Amino acid sequence: MLKIRNYVKAADLAEAYELNQKKTACVLGGMVWLKMGNRSVSTAIDLSGLGLDTIRETEEEFVIGCMTPLRALETDEGLNAFTGGAMRESLRHIVGVQFRNCATVGGSIFGRYGFSDVLTMFLTLDSYVEMYRGGRIPMEEFASMKRDRDILVNVIVRKRPLVCAYFSQRNTATDFPVLTCGASLMDGNARVVIGARPSRAMAVQDPGGILTGFGEMTGEQKEKAAEAFAEYAFSAVAVNGNMRASGEYRALLVKVLTKRALRAVGGMGNEG
Amino acid sequence: MKVDFWLNGVRRSEEAQPDTLLLDFLRSRGCYSVKRGCETANCGLCTVLLDGKPVLSCSVLAVRADGKKVVTLEGLQKEAEEFGAFLADEGAEQCGFCNPGFVMNVLAMMKELEDPTEEEIQEYLAGNLCRCSGFAGQTRGILNYLRYKKSQGKGASKA
Repeated sequence: MLKIRNYVKAADLAEAYELNQKKTACVLGGMVWLKMGNRSVSTAIDLSGLGLDTIRETEEEFVIGCMTPLRALETDEGLNAFTGGAMRESLRHIVGVQFRNCATVGGSIFGRYGFSDVLTMFLTLDSYVEMYRGGRIPMEEFASMKRDRDILVNVIVRKRPLVCAYFSQRNTATDFPVLTCGASLMDGNARVVIGARPSRAMAVQDPGGILTGFGEMTGEQKEKAAEAFAEYAFSAVAVNGNMRASGEYRALLVKVLTKRALRAVGGMGNEG
Repeated sequence: MKVDFWLNGVRRSEEAQPDTLLLDFLRSRGCYSVKRGCETANCGLCTVLLDGKPVLSCSVLAVRADGKKVVTLEGLQKEAEEFGAFLADEGAEQCGFCNPGFVMNVLAMMKELEDPTEEEIQEYLAGNLCRCSGFAGQTRGILNYLRYKKSQGKGASKA
């Protein structure tokens, strides 16, 4: 059971940061994950009084406060228009509406959970975290960083024009994903992200340049590139087994979902 | 710690420990419709409305209800009775254990979605688990209820 000795609704970020320097302190997100553990928290720090639960859209970017519930991201018209509905698709399978009204984007991203649909989705976009002390950090860099005592304030999505798609495989609806896959086409180049491997989501590197200029390719060339990259991802993406699926099964899913996602962003439908 | 909140429309000032969960807090104040079905934030049985939005009270700290409006099934007896009749007409439920959370989320859905399709209904209610049924009876009951509310005039369901 989760034990909390003190609860503080932070008056500002400086106070929250100070309190969080103690190892036994903990910043609260939506608590849907935190409350599952047996942690003893000396001071639970609540950021919900700081107005960080909104999505602001400017000409250049979306600024998403850390306390924004997943349900608000899922139903946000601006984000869904920008991602062609991929944002909604990445979230709507997570447990239920009540859960997504609780779970926050800050909690999901800061936790860098292996199972995270949310991290997979944001890695697919040109996104950043804004830390209280650390400033802006690209999402890919943040995803590989070790947890520290800084405070995640906002998640930023740069509005670089893109086409993107999101797929997940689940054993049953509303369960944790067995594998997640996001793909995007930005500045003509395609990018694929695989998550729930079951470890943390990662962008699949393309050392052979298979996807370079993907946006400019003919239909036939795209088809070949998607096939080739799916084959490459199958061998290059490290996957493992756990109670939900074996490593072998996940590797096969990497291939199938990578191809589907690339076909989707290539405008070729998602069958095959 | 002091928690000033509204419980089913009544202003309350109560004490809660920093780690008391809203679910236990509400039960100790006599709201026995709020139940713990799974302990893993999955089943939806502990659903209450927090400032109008359905949340899992098993995952919310009681102190976070400070300054907010909490509504449980005890505060929605009229609506629950009305909708419950439509469920009963379809013989939708067997043991009835999941009913309070389910009804709370259906009522939340009625406020949030305008004229939902069957697919939208099922997606909205996917976080409410029933171990007796396959949701077919519930879906029929909801569709009938929606039709009834619509026939009662636009906006009736928004009350």
